Amino acid sequence: MNNAIAVAGIVIKELYRRKDFYVLFILTALITLVMGSFKLFNDEKIVRYIKEICLLLIWLSSLVIAITTAARQIPAEREQRTIFPLLAKPITRGQLIFGKFLGCWIACGLALVVFYLFFGLISGAREHHWPLLNYFQALWLHWIFLGVVTAFVLLGSVVFTAVSSNATISFIVIAGILFVARHLNKIALQMAEPGRSILYAIYFAVPHLEFYDVRDLIIHELPLISWKILGLATLYGMAYVVFFLFGTWLIFRRKSLN
Amino acid sequence: MSTILEIKNLRVEYRSREVGQGVKIAVDGLNLNVQAGEVFGFLGPNGAGKTTTMNVLLGFVNATSGSAWIFGADVRQPIARQRIGYLPELTYYYKFLNTEELLRFYAKIFRIPRSQREARINAALKLVELESARKRLIKTYSKGMQQRVGLAQALINNPDLLILDEPTSGLDPIGRMKVREIIQRLKNEGKTVFFSSHELGEVETVCDRVAILNQGRLKVEGRVHDLVEKYQCNLEQIFLKIIGYEAQA
Repeated sequence: MNNAIAVAGIVIKELYRRKDFYVLFILTALITLVMGSFKLFNDEKIVRYIKEICLLLIWLSSLVIAITTAARQIPAEREQRTIFPLLAKPITRGQLIFGKFLGCWIACGLALVVFYLFFGLISGAREHHWPLLNYFQALWLHWIFLGVVTAFVLLGSVVFTAVSSNATISFIVIAGILFVARHLNKIALQMAEPGRSILYAIYFAVPHLEFYDVRDLIIHELPLISWKILGLATLYGMAYVVFFLFGTWLIFRRKSLN
Repeated sequence: MSTILEIKNLRVEYRSREVGQGVKIAVDGLNLNVQAGEVFGFLGPNGAGKTTTMNVLLGFVNATSGSAWIFGADVRQPIARQRIGYLPELTYYYKFLNTEELLRFYAKIFRIPRSQREARINAALKLVELESARKRLIKTYSKGMQQRVGLAQALINNPDLLILDEPTSGLDPIGRMKVREIIQRLKNEGKTVFFSSHELGEVETVCDRVAILNQGRLKVEGRVHDLVEKYQCNLEQIFLKIIGYEAQA
């Protein structure tokens, strides 16, 4: 665990010393700040639309940060050959993978905290209303979602050599899961066998990332999700994280590094 | 003397990426022993299999057959690397870190206790004369300085065995001299050094024993002094003879 934490520390250090990360980070924070301050004609609907746009922006930015950060971890280590002096030390490949995951996930979490803090402060100051638990639940589930995404992208990074192809494929697959996965069972009902069974199998196999999109909890201030459901959603997400990290380890553990 | 490094019937094959090329044998039936406290020169022309052998020893590449042990542990086990220092041929370090941060990171990987960590970092930096540049990002260093960072990280755990892959490659004469001095100092401290080099004069000066590899096979192994006596010429001429090089008139 110590080794994984040390590797995670390096991942976080690299991230906050990279300029491109700051550009995205500051841009999102600024847009969130400006849009979150709007209260046009005291119309509640408009305020909600703006809130929705801000949260969508936060979702997109965090997704881009998670994918681009995780996609380059292992390929960059191999390309810049920093992996050689590192693996010449008493660290296992499993610890390296877990450290990389931990670093990316914590970094994403830190970015999320700042994004939500900006957004929450601005909209709370305008509305004089502080639904802190709603924010906490939305942020928590968003973070679990990014954990699944990070683990998935790390798996892609040991399969695909090029960072760009991994990032693009991961983005398409995750977007596909977010928008299509929830409808697969309905489509399956209209199909004949064996297509129906195959589609059902896919429906149950893919991680249902849409569970984690609870922006409405903030936008419409819906009642809090039951803590038991929140716990189950966390376990569901963690199960996929473990599955993807295990797959990454299986592929990477005996890979020859030249 | 105890055996620190042992290689038995090592064979490494690569599947060629070119169509119809089949399998390329990088190392073929290599047997080698390195004893505690000796400086061992691992020689051979480019493509002889030196780096591949080192990569097997460090767990980067899997052997097709045969086995290797370091301090009695299978090289595939991370514990085998606990008492090793490794210097790669070129400088491959995190350029966004400064030397102090890099050494601290590696010290954590070696589980050097927090109380000893700073002292070890200071000692390593002093040895490679990088104390004044410890806070500068590695990307701002010259090549020679980066090579010294490499040496510092290889020494951070006070290793009993140092594996150096062409440690003087690309260095100026002063840099080479410094590396040689460090190897000599480590030898005097009773450390074992296993290194590959193309600088045969340097090898002759610092090594106790050498092995010459060609096309993946071990051609000669023995004490430098014995080889020079046997062949009645210097190490460079022995090397050229063994690899079958004939000077063009």
